Amino acid sequence: MDNNVGIQVNNLTKYYGKVAAVDHITFTVSKGEFFGFLGPNGAGKTTTVRILTGVIKADEGSASILGYQAGSLMAKQLIGVVPEMTNPYVDLSGWENLKLMADLYGIPSSVARERGSQLMQEVGLYPRKDSLVRTYSKGMKQRLILCLALISDPDVLFLDEPTSGLDVQSAQLIKDMLQRLNSEGKTIFLTTHDMDEANELCNRVAVINDGKIVAIDAPEKLRMATSGMHSVEVSFDRMVSAEALGNIPGVNRVRRLGDKYRLYTADPGELVVSVINYSSSNGLKIISLNTLAPSLEDAFIALTEKTGKNV
Amino acid sequence: MSDMGTALQQARRCLAIARKDMRIYYIKGPVIIFGVLFPVFLFLSFAIGRQLSADFMIPGLLGMILFFTATSVSPVVVPWEAQARTLERLMSCPVKIETIVAGDILASFAFGLVISPVPIILGLALGVTISGPVIFTLAVILAAFCFASLGTLFSVPPTNVPATANMIAAAIRFPVVFISGIFIPLSELPAWAQGVAYISPLTYFTDIARRCIQGQAHLPVAVDFLVLLAFTLIFFTVAMRLHGRTMPKRI
Repeated sequence: MDNNVGIQVNNLTKYYGKVAAVDHITFTVSKGEFFGFLGPNGAGKTTTVRILTGVIKADEGSASILGYQAGSLMAKQLIGVVPEMTNPYVDLSGWENLKLMADLYGIPSSVARERGSQLMQEVGLYPRKDSLVRTYSKGMKQRLILCLALISDPDVLFLDEPTSGLDVQSAQLIKDMLQRLNSEGKTIFLTTHDMDEANELCNRVAVINDGKIVAIDAPEKLRMATSGMHSVEVSFDRMVSAEALGNIPGVNRVRRLGDKYRLYTADPGELVVSVINYSSSNGLKIISLNTLAPSLEDAFIALTEKTGKNV
Repeated sequence: MSDMGTALQQARRCLAIARKDMRIYYIKGPVIIFGVLFPVFLFLSFAIGRQLSADFMIPGLLGMILFFTATSVSPVVVPWEAQARTLERLMSCPVKIETIVAGDILASFAFGLVISPVPIILGLALGVTISGPVIFTLAVILAAFCFASLGTLFSVPPTNVPATANMIAAAIRFPVVFISGIFIPLSELPAWAQGVAYISPLTYFTDIARRCIQGQAHLPVAVDFLVLLAFTLIFFTVAMRLHGRTMPKRI
């Protein structure tokens, strides 16, 4: 096996009844890579993470973490996990939760004390370390969960929607911490709905839809490869119908965003001229007009819609 | 790592899980008080108004308290953890499912042992004497482990609703108490009832306790121990195997 492989997934499949929640997916994550796993709800992201972290077993295929079979004690010893829907023990203090995790990973007490103090200070929980977790806010709980995942100083970190529903400060703190950990050489596997987050953090992303991988590439390459997803964002001094804008030559699709319209096109330069002509011929005043390159979100929508239609 | 190394490592982690269970689920005023009071009142409702000696009452009371305490919380620990969303974290740690289940059994066993002196001290205060204290102590330890394993077995169905697990436990625990020679000695039961009594592990503990406190028993002590040991091994092994199958289904 290549020494540079952090996570190797081959033909991994999981059925729930007759439905393939994860359908023969194959990908490789290099050591030290920040890998994003994107997909709409029910696409198979969490099921994949649960298989890779050994919580459930795959029905077909194989997966390994740093050369060890996913789910084996050795593989579990090397990973840290922030599951999507999990809680710390609310009847224990933050510190007791950390101590429990350290015991379950076989971390010596002195190391656990030092590392735990450092982690809790880093996430701003140290002053509340002896308070019961039931008194923590959601953001504090999520920061504690990240500390629990890091107490064993894992080589590979799995995070399933770690910033979902958090306040801006907590989400930013977690993202900064993940960037630092990745720069220190840790392999990070992140599932997220947040395209900006994936764009900001990940070296590569995989898009999964209906249990199948539909694309794997660097966020920028995925974005640029989305043909026909350039857009012109325009707002007028009064409302116009989306249907009328859709009839402007060169417009592939229209999306209303508040008081603006986003017109998707393959040729934004030509569309700007057409929009100006449309506004003058209809007596409309343009309030704002911008051309936009495709975002990762556009790429994601294009990829997941395309595969969705094939079902 | 060698098999022995892995076994020792898992044993240490099993202790950590048992400590967590004790701290979260057992060392709570209501759990401790209910664990003692419920069997006491159940027993008193039977004993009051009847001419019963302390020698007769204490073995039955001890059996009931040990049985109820060791099976009181263990049926709901796994459903609770699944419902509180702590189970997935536990399962992603480097511990086997068997280690998690053994930790739960260990906590339940310890709770049963910690509570068991209450009826024993009450009995000593009422003037009962214990002949064969070593046999008696061994029986208490074995029975506590047996009942703790049984309690964990109640939570095998993959429901994440603690009340459902409790209902399953109650549906088995109450009939077991009534068929185990707690209220009526085995020797006074009709033959068919004795046949039913033999399928209850509590019967064998109560028989040993009656031997040590009342000085009379229905079965030879070796038979009581062997059957209790067999029940323990069966409950423990089956709990491990079945939780191995059903625990991932809770996630």
